[in-house]
Amino acid sequence: MAKQTHSPLQHHFTSLSQQYAASQLGMWTFLLTELLFFGGLFLSYTIYRMSYPHGFAAASHELDVRLGCINTIVLISSSLTMALAVRAGHEGKGKSITGFLVLTMALGGTFLGIKSIEYAHKFHEHFVPGPNFAFPHYASQGPELFFSLYFAMTGLHAIHMIIGLVALGVVAWKATRGRYTKEYSTPVEMLGLYWHFVDIVWIFLFPLLYLLGRH
Amino acid sequence: MSTLVKKIKHYLNASYELRSWFGTVDHKRIAILYLISVTLFFFVGGFFAVMIRLELLTPAGDLVSSETYNKLFTMHGIIMIFFFLIPAVPAVLGNFLIPIMIGARDMAFPRLNLASWYCYIGGALFATAAMVTGGVDTGWTFYTPYSSTYSNGAVVLTALGAFVAGFSSILTGLNFIVTIHKMRAPGMTWFRLPLFIWSNYAASIIMVLATPVLGAAIFLVFLERAFHIGIFDPNLGGDPVLFQHLFWFYSHPAVYIMILPSMGVMSELVAAFSRKRVFGYDFVAGSSLAIAVLGFLVWGHHMFVSSQSMYAGFVFSFLSFLVAIPSAIKVFNWTATLYKGSISLQTPMLYALGFIGLFTIGGLTGLFLASLGLDVHVHDTYFIVAHFHYIMVGGVVMGYLGGLHYWWPKMTGRLYPEFWARISALNIFIGFNLTFFPQFLLGYMGMPRRYHAYPEEFQVLNVMSTAGASVLAVGYLIPMIYMLWSLKYGKKAPANPWNAKGLEWTIPSPPPVHNFDEIPVVTEEAYAYAEAPHRG
Ligand code: HEM
Ligand SMILES: [Cu+2]
Repeated sequence: MAKQTHSPLQHHFTSLSQQYAASQLGMWTFLLTELLFFGGLFLSYTIYRMSYPHGFAAASHELDVRLGCINTIVLISSSLTMALAVRAGHEGKGKSITGFLVLTMALGGTFLGIKSIEYAHKFHEHFVPGPNFAFPHYASQGPELFFSLYFAMTGLHAIHMIIGLVALGVVAWKATRGRYTKEYSTPVEMLGLYWHFVDIVWIFLFPLLYLLGRH
Repeated sequence: MSTLVKKIKHYLNASYELRSWFGTVDHKRIAILYLISVTLFFFVGGFFAVMIRLELLTPAGDLVSSETYNKLFTMHGIIMIFFFLIPAVPAVLGNFLIPIMIGARDMAFPRLNLASWYCYIGGALFATAAMVTGGVDTGWTFYTPYSSTYSNGAVVLTALGAFVAGFSSILTGLNFIVTIHKMRAPGMTWFRLPLFIWSNYAASIIMVLATPVLGAAIFLVFLERAFHIGIFDPNLGGDPVLFQHLFWFYSHPAVYIMILPSMGVMSELVAAFSRKRVFGYDFVAGSSLAIAVLGFLVWGHHMFVSSQSMYAGFVFSFLSFLVAIPSAIKVFNWTATLYKGSISLQTPMLYALGFIGLFTIGGLTGLFLASLGLDVHVHDTYFIVAHFHYIMVGGVVMGYLGGLHYWWPKMTGRLYPEFWARISALNIFIGFNLTFFPQFLLGYMGMPRRYHAYPEEFQVLNVMSTAGASVLAVGYLIPMIYMLWSLKYGKKAPANPWNAKGLEWTIPSPPPVHNFDEIPVVTEEAYAYAEAPHRG
């Protein structure tokens, strides 16, 4: 299976360009499935937001916009370092690939750290749906639904981040071993697409959950 | 084989250790792994079907308790849908044939292909664990809030099983799409592709676009049940019908995930055994895509009586009628292909003819159901059960068996005994109609589905149906026996036992590990049979 470690061309492709085109189409198709997966959740969110506009607005006031903002900036910066890693890949600079990937990992880790501080707050204030849920002065079920969706969506997003971090680690390690060259850095590029996708999901989550209905 | 002849290496005898099977990245071996696992689950699901039918032999509901009955039909449905119908044709026949038919050495992502088999097995293990730890009683549709709050069954495990199996389907679809786009041999243009490829391509689009939405729905049910996070529970302000929207947005298109690949098999069989190019090739190819697109627009016909507005009902009713058009195009074009063809009634052709008849009945009764008013009358009765069995068993299983017979010599290098194969094809056709036709009548008379007891006056038809089920069961067992038998004692198959067209028949049976020593260059249309001159 892994006999030809020095040649990146796998046996069933006829050329590197065919192999590259296949990876690219595969990754885009995968991201399309991800889009629909999150789409199901976004749809649920939209429907309930329309049914309980006030409850949702009240609940979203309880989110910490400052932390959300910081996290958005952190994540956008990680997209930048990721893009730099991809460029380093095209130029075949193994060392810079590793450097930028490690930076990306650090930023991703920061994001998750801040997210867990937020989660801890919510837990503390009994905003986690379930038997102990308590939302001050509110009659309808809007806030509980809001927090259900908040945890479902940001939780799913966080799982994607964690998977991304693991993949970043693997690719960074392979980069140190000189696996990527000018001719072949497809995995770095594909990982880049994935990471940008995860960022973009957050770019939608942030205004929907934190900002909408705020004054 | 005499020891003088050098043993030819092919994909089956290339290596023997277990690792070379469970770690294989050869699409042909993966197809065989699927073949074995899918067959296993077909018989497990079949066992539950037999239990259901035995219970319904008498009106009293005396064989099993009502709870057990609920679990029986749920497990029957879940296993048949997620672990047999959805993977059967694409994962077994598609995996084996798609690279060969387009002149490629393998799928675009061989390791992903293996991963998708492991996802299937993982999902199956969860579902099996749920079965042995008490079962589920929600019906395969997992309707909320019953599934998310009240059911006593192992919903979380089962849902996890369906979720993981969904990944298998997504990965397979993704792999097919990329393979068909990027791996075609020189000269294999889109309009020279065999129709089997077109239909799998269309089915893959559905797998990729619909399955994630089911994933989201199941994910939410899981959260609601495991962590009491409310989304569908009305007590928390949620909406149980939202689940139905998400569920049917997947599950109606899922019907086409099942039937489209089978339709592709049909086109291959009809062409090969009437020795003609499929009539209106472009239309048959295009209708696959049309079905895939329209299939996404009709989910509301499952919800005519679930709080949907009358206007939404009209729209969904109308759109459902539209899907009939591309399906009918296919049936007409197969029939036109048969017309004045030089037809030979070999076993695969018998299955093909059976398919056309049964699928037509299933499709026409589908039109009844798409009519708003009539559906309200037969909703959740045996009419529905009969309708979907005509489509799923009459369509998908017949297509699958037909295809399995047709490509069996290629896959195994052996011929099956034609006599027994024809007997069992007839047996299945008769048993099938005896089982399910009475259910149309039962449903029309008002017998509801999912009940374990019924009024006396329904007994005669139920006894007929149970009798038919035993005939059908025998029909399914015979191929199992002679196919296993043929592996050892069957005649050696030549490269092209049917004298058929298509790249898969140009390489030895069974194929060598890398399919083609040299990538072929394609210079002719699909199904370039020398046709009789009187076409017209
Ligand atoms: C021997 C053949 C079979 C018999 C006698 C049989 C019988 C039944 C019956 C009586 C039900 C209805 C249960 C109810 O609603 O009360 C049912 C449901 C179902 N069957 Fe079958 N079946 C057979 C084969 C198959 C096959 C081969 C498939 C798929 C490949 C299949 C798929 C389904 C599905 C999806 C349901 C819906 C389950 C539900 O209601 O949740 N069946 N079957
Ligand atoms: Cu439907």
